[in-house]
Amino acid sequence: MEYFLELFFSGLTRGSIYALIALGYTMVYGIIGLINFAHGEIYMIGAFTALICATVLTIWGLPPLAVLGLSAFAAIIWSAAYGLTVERIAYRPLRHAPRLSPLISAIGMSIFLQNYVLLAQTADFVSFPALIPDFAWLEPYRSIIGSSDLVILLTTAVVMLLLTILIKGTKIGRAMRATAQDREMALLLGIDVNLVISVTFVIGSALAAIGGVLIASHIGQINFAIGFLAGIKAFTAAVLGGIGSVPGAVLGSLLLGWTESFATGYISSDYEDVFAFALLVLILIFRPSGILGRHHNQKV
Amino acid sequence: MWAELKKGAAVAVWFMFLTLPIMVVKVNPIEQTVVWRWANLVWLGAAVFVLTVVGRYCSRHRTELSAFWPDAHPLLAHPQLKRFLLIVLALLATLFPLFFSSYQINIMTTALMYAVLGLGLNIVVGLAGLLDLGYVAFYAVGAYSYALLNYHFGLGFWAALPIGGLLAAIFGVLLGFPVLRLRGDYLAIVTLGFGEIIRLILENWNDFSFGPSGIAGIPRPGLFGLTLSVDDAIMYIYYLVLLLGLITIFVVNRLRDSRIGRAWIALREDEIACQAMGIDKTKTKLTAFALGASWAGMVGVLFAAKTTFVNPASFTFLESAIILSIVVLGGMGSTVGVVIGALVFILLPEYLRAFADYRMLLFGAIMVGVMVFRPQGIIGNPRRRSYPLPMAAADQEVGHE
Repeated sequence: MEYFLELFFSGLTRGSIYALIALGYTMVYGIIGLINFAHGEIYMIGAFTALICATVLTIWGLPPLAVLGLSAFAAIIWSAAYGLTVERIAYRPLRHAPRLSPLISAIGMSIFLQNYVLLAQTADFVSFPALIPDFAWLEPYRSIIGSSDLVILLTTAVVMLLLTILIKGTKIGRAMRATAQDREMALLLGIDVNLVISVTFVIGSALAAIGGVLIASHIGQINFAIGFLAGIKAFTAAVLGGIGSVPGAVLGSLLLGWTESFATGYISSDYEDVFAFALLVLILIFRPSGILGRHHNQKV
Repeated sequence: MWAELKKGAAVAVWFMFLTLPIMVVKVNPIEQTVVWRWANLVWLGAAVFVLTVVGRYCSRHRTELSAFWPDAHPLLAHPQLKRFLLIVLALLATLFPLFFSSYQINIMTTALMYAVLGLGLNIVVGLAGLLDLGYVAFYAVGAYSYALLNYHFGLGFWAALPIGGLLAAIFGVLLGFPVLRLRGDYLAIVTLGFGEIIRLILENWNDFSFGPSGIAGIPRPGLFGLTLSVDDAIMYIYYLVLLLGLITIFVVNRLRDSRIGRAWIALREDEIACQAMGIDKTKTKLTAFALGASWAGMVGVLFAAKTTFVNPASFTFLESAIILSIVVLGGMGSTVGVVIGALVFILLPEYLRAFADYRMLLFGAIMVGVMVFRPQGIIGNPRRRSYPLPMAAADQEVGHE
């Protein structure tokens, strides 16, 4: 039973991280119908920015909590800036191009950003400082849930709540929903569609940065290639839940987290990544619209 | 002019801010040391400033500048000159191994192998418009089928070549069946997942594929039972790849103009209209996957024979990305373009060593740049050019606003 609970919570932690990244995919897809291949790299850049910032601030002698807060803030700011710039350079000029063009451009951007970090930083794994402190009161349950797991779960829950409020309750959220439903109609109604798309990229990138800081602190090491796998898995989660749907992305992420956790725990850890990919292929074959997604008829 | 400079400065400042943490600071969290590299920032700012100003100048004078790089150079349209150029090229390619060292021949062989891979992927991506990001899986299938058949049954190169191609084609159909219903972007992700699954299985299933350590001691191709020295064998493989390349070019060109090739192009342009015209979507897509994959399988067999060693590390997503960028740069659907793309992409980094580190960075940048500035690649697709539809032209005008 304890083993089951341990796997359950590790799946939940994994799923929360996937959810933070998957939201970026699903929001961008909902609005411009593009798989933002470079999204995983935004997450990786967030983790690197946090690493750099945390190390510098620690050397300057700031207290650990201030280091955590400031590095997370820096990661969010810079990831958002990268997201904004990537959209402006690689996607906006291709908004009316054939479907394959922005996709290839996105893949190119992903390769570019990976190698940019590889060249400017390092090809090796870098150890990431444990920014999240150990809580003493959690000691008896350490084998089931660690303190960084708890922080990840709580942060994700708060972020989801804020995002829901933003989308449902604010003016820009309404504009985003309108643009997702019908971009041309939104344009006719006086919504600045370019601004809405930029805001979507900024929010998605900021969420990915939060995910990046949390997971890097949880696992303890990062390198330039972590974005690729994380991106694919988060995308799988987004598709599983129904791409374009925000609650779907969260649901899909948790399901993927549990699938991976239980499959590696009870079957074999060698094939950890195969499970995710196999799940992705199976969903796309049997239910391409996902669990909560709507089915779109193709029109001439 | 003043406004342009101001704009350039603004963009430069933005990029300097953007790259501030990654380009300037380099930390070592274990020893708690920090290196500040402020010079990088200055160089980057200057480069971005110049590029922005020049880029904006060029885009304002787009129409005048595009005259320098038309879709097909008028000289190339001249049949006699074309024939002369082809003869010179053929002579150069044939005589190349006689004048250069084994090292140079090896590099050229690799470049030609990528050209064949590019031509194979071009069938799937360029002609049929199905974005395949797991193309390297079929390459792996070919390489491993030769390695394993040789290891277990002592099968030779010439028997393995068709088997490798066939097995890859079967895998192509296996992948093709489930993804028939999927649209472009989903298809890309599924093929990517498929490619990774194949690699992960090769890496983890030790009893079958010998895991990450791979299979060594694969024999080079035989020549009527003669024993060749290493140098001769390298030259021999060069000619084999060259021959395969010529056959590929011939077959791909014939395929493109055949009934099935026209069906691929129709499918790429509009799936629904294509079905309304009575084209069998299933059959058309599956043949594209199978034929594209079979080339990768055959090149895989050649790769195993050339390196005499295979392991899963040779078949990562990066390889798929390189082959895709060759196709994209060359011009999707264009045979000459893909061959030029392969030669440029593989030979340049080999000969400009200083530049080799930046190879993948440039690949990525080129993929974005080509899509944004010249979607048709170095050599545009001839068929697309010959029938300029007035509607399509009008659409593009709107799109460029």
